Amino acid sequence: MKYKIIALLLVVIAALAYSCQSESEIEYMRYYTSGQELYKTRCQNCHGAQGEGLAALIPPLTDLEYLKKNREKLACYIENGLQLPILVNGKAYNGQMPASGLAPIEIAQVLTYVQNSFGNKMGLHNVEQVNGELGKCE
Amino acid sequence: MRLLAISIFSLLLWSSCTSNNRSNSILPIYGNREPVTKTVDGKIVTDTVYQTIPDFSFVNQYGKQINRKSLDGSIYVADFFFTSCPSICPIMHRNMLNVYKEFKNNGNVKIISHSIDPGHDSVPVLKKYADNLGISGDNWWFLQGNKEATYKLAESYLTAVKEDKSAPGGFVHAGYFILIDKQKRIRGTYDGTNADEVAKLIADVKTLQAEPENAIAQ
Repeated sequence: MKYKIIALLLVVIAALAYSCQSESEIEYMRYYTSGQELYKTRCQNCHGAQGEGLAALIPPLTDLEYLKKNREKLACYIENGLQLPILVNGKAYNGQMPASGLAPIEIAQVLTYVQNSFGNKMGLHNVEQVNGELGKCE
Repeated sequence: MRLLAISIFSLLLWSSCTSNNRSNSILPIYGNREPVTKTVDGKIVTDTVYQTIPDFSFVNQYGKQINRKSLDGSIYVADFFFTSCPSICPIMHRNMLNVYKEFKNNGNVKIISHSIDPGHDSVPVLKKYADNLGISGDNWWFLQGNKEATYKLAESYLTAVKEDKSAPGGFVHAGYFILIDKQKRIRGTYDGTNADEVAKLIADVKTLQAEPENAIAQ
């Protein structure tokens, strides 16, 4: 009897864990697909359909090391634009990125898309994280 | 009987269509045209004069003077852009890079990109832009000069540019690539932001290269 209860509990816990996971999976997909649309209309002209950038003019979005190292600054870059020279894939880029005018939720969606496309796999970047990061822009 | 006639007629129509398609290997000539009558060897002949690109004088990314004559003997592709353009220029020049790579080792095809913002796009700025794009040699020139002259020239390419403070980057312009033959006539216009149309442009340049020098095209 005792074992039966334990077994049942285990099943319930497993089911809960599974449903939780699929809920976060749904949230991730919601961010990702909205981000994909935003990327097409707001980012793709410059950064390319495959995030490949443009020669030495516009940096690619495929440098996983760069994205990981600067994950918490990315929201500010999209919000305010970027004037500083940056080093991506070991190459320097000196151009300017204009401020996007996107809302925090849209920034989170685009970031989720970019960080999980073009060979990147960095998971959800949600609006709560983005709001926190925007409060700390330099 | 009637049915037979209809089917023969439609068959004829269909075959005339397909043969038209085949003669597509001659590109059309765009722009105004006018008949000109002149006397040659005592005979009166009527000739068609096509619209051509007028003379201009601009400076390229190497600081060298470039005019209409500099393009003699070349098929060329023209566009209008500015280096600080945040909207359609990057995608235009990503596509134009394909044209450049295709004909880089082919002396008689050139690309000229006119800056519509010469105030900002000085010769050193254009040189740096070309370098960053990976352009060397004389197959792709980035030209700057008098702003009004550039805008006026854009009209003869059947494209329009103008300053507009409310547009992204301060200018509005259409992202067209214009194909010009060795006689300076307009032979095609393509949406430079559309990779498929630019692939068509590359195919059309090859068609033009194969065209006999004095071909009569309508």
